[in-house]
Amino acid sequence: MIGILVVSHSAKAAEGIAEIASQMSGGIVPVCAVGGTEEGGLGTSVPGIVEALGGLLEKAEGVVLVPDLGSAVLSARSALEFLGDDAKKVLIVDAPVLEGAMMASVEASIGSSLERVAQVAGEARLLSKLSR
Amino acid sequence: MPMNVEQARKVFERVTEAIISHKEYLTELDSAIGDADHGINMSRGFTKAQEKIKAGAYTEVGGVFKDVAMTLMGSVGGASGPLYGTLFMRMSMKFGTKQEVDSADFVEAFEEGLKGILALGKAQLEDKTMVDALTPALEAMKAAASNGEDLPAVLEKGIASAEEGMKRTIPLVAKKGRASYLGERSAGHQDPGATSTFLILSAMLEGLRE
Repeated sequence: MIGILVVSHSAKAAEGIAEIASQMSGGIVPVCAVGGTEEGGLGTSVPGIVEALGGLLEKAEGVVLVPDLGSAVLSARSALEFLGDDAKKVLIVDAPVLEGAMMASVEASIGSSLERVAQVAGEARLLSKLSR
Repeated sequence: MPMNVEQARKVFERVTEAIISHKEYLTELDSAIGDADHGINMSRGFTKAQEKIKAGAYTEVGGVFKDVAMTLMGSVGGASGPLYGTLFMRMSMKFGTKQEVDSADFVEAFEEGLKGILALGKAQLEDKTMVDALTPALEAMKAAASNGEDLPAVLEKGIASAEEGMKRTIPLVAKKGRASYLGERSAGHQDPGATSTFLILSAMLEGLRE
C-alpha cells in the first residue's frame, strides 16, 4: 500500500490534515504528519521530513508527499536527497494540502500504485466545493 | 593561504555574528516584500549551527560545513534553510576528506553548492533571489582562482560581485517565493536572500583573515 506524508509549516495543521485524510480511508492507509521547526515554531525541517519518510517506508511501499507551500516544497525536495535509492519511492504532489491528502488517502486505500495515487492527489485542485 | 578546520570554525563564528547583528535589517528588508522572517529564521539557524560546531570535534573542513548544513536544514524553518543547507552540504561533499582547502577547492565546491541551490529552488538569474548574488560571486571567484589568487583574495572578488548583484535586485520584480505573490509591488526593494548571501561571504572573509 502507498502511504501519505503531510508536510506543513505548522505541526498542528499537519496533524489535523493527516487525521482527516486518515479517517477518509477508515484508518487503513498509513498517513503521517510533520510540521514546524525542530524548536517547535512555524516552519519546515529537512531532518524531520527524512525521519517521517523513513518511518512510513517501513510500512508502505511508496509515499505520496503533500506539502503546503514555499519552504515545505524545498525542504521536501532536500529530504529526498538523503534517502538514496528510496527517493524513487516518494512523489511530491502539487496540490492543495488538505484536499490532496484526502484524495490520496482514498485512492491509496483501494490499492492503487504510487503514480496513480500521486496523479489523483494532484487532481484535487479541480475539486469544486460550492458549485453545481 | 588555505582554510583549515579551525579557520572553518572561525569563519562560521563570524557568519553567525554577522547574521545576528543584521537580524533586524534582514527582517526589515523581508517585511517589505516577504513574510518578515528572514532575519529571525537565519539567526535561529546559525545560532544553532554555531552551538553545534563549537561542541564538535573535526579533522576535516567538510565536517564543519556538513554540521552547519544539517543544522540549517533543521532549524531555519523557511526556504533559506534547505537552500543555504544545500550550499554548505554540497561544499562539504566536494571537500571530501581534505584537512585544508585552497582557493581552487573552495571555488569548485561553491560551484557545486550553487548547482544544488539552482536544482532545488529552480530560480533563474533576475528572479530576485539569492541566486542573483551567488551567481556573480561564483563567476568572479572562478576568475580569481584560475589566476592563482589565494582564498582571501578570491573571496574579496566574490564579495564585490555579490554586492553588485545584491544591489541589482532592487528594481527587479520577484519571480520566486513569498515576494512573487506581490508581483510588480516587489520592485524597488532589495532582496533579503541576496543580502544574506553578501553578508555571509563578507563574514567568511573576516573569519579567514583572523
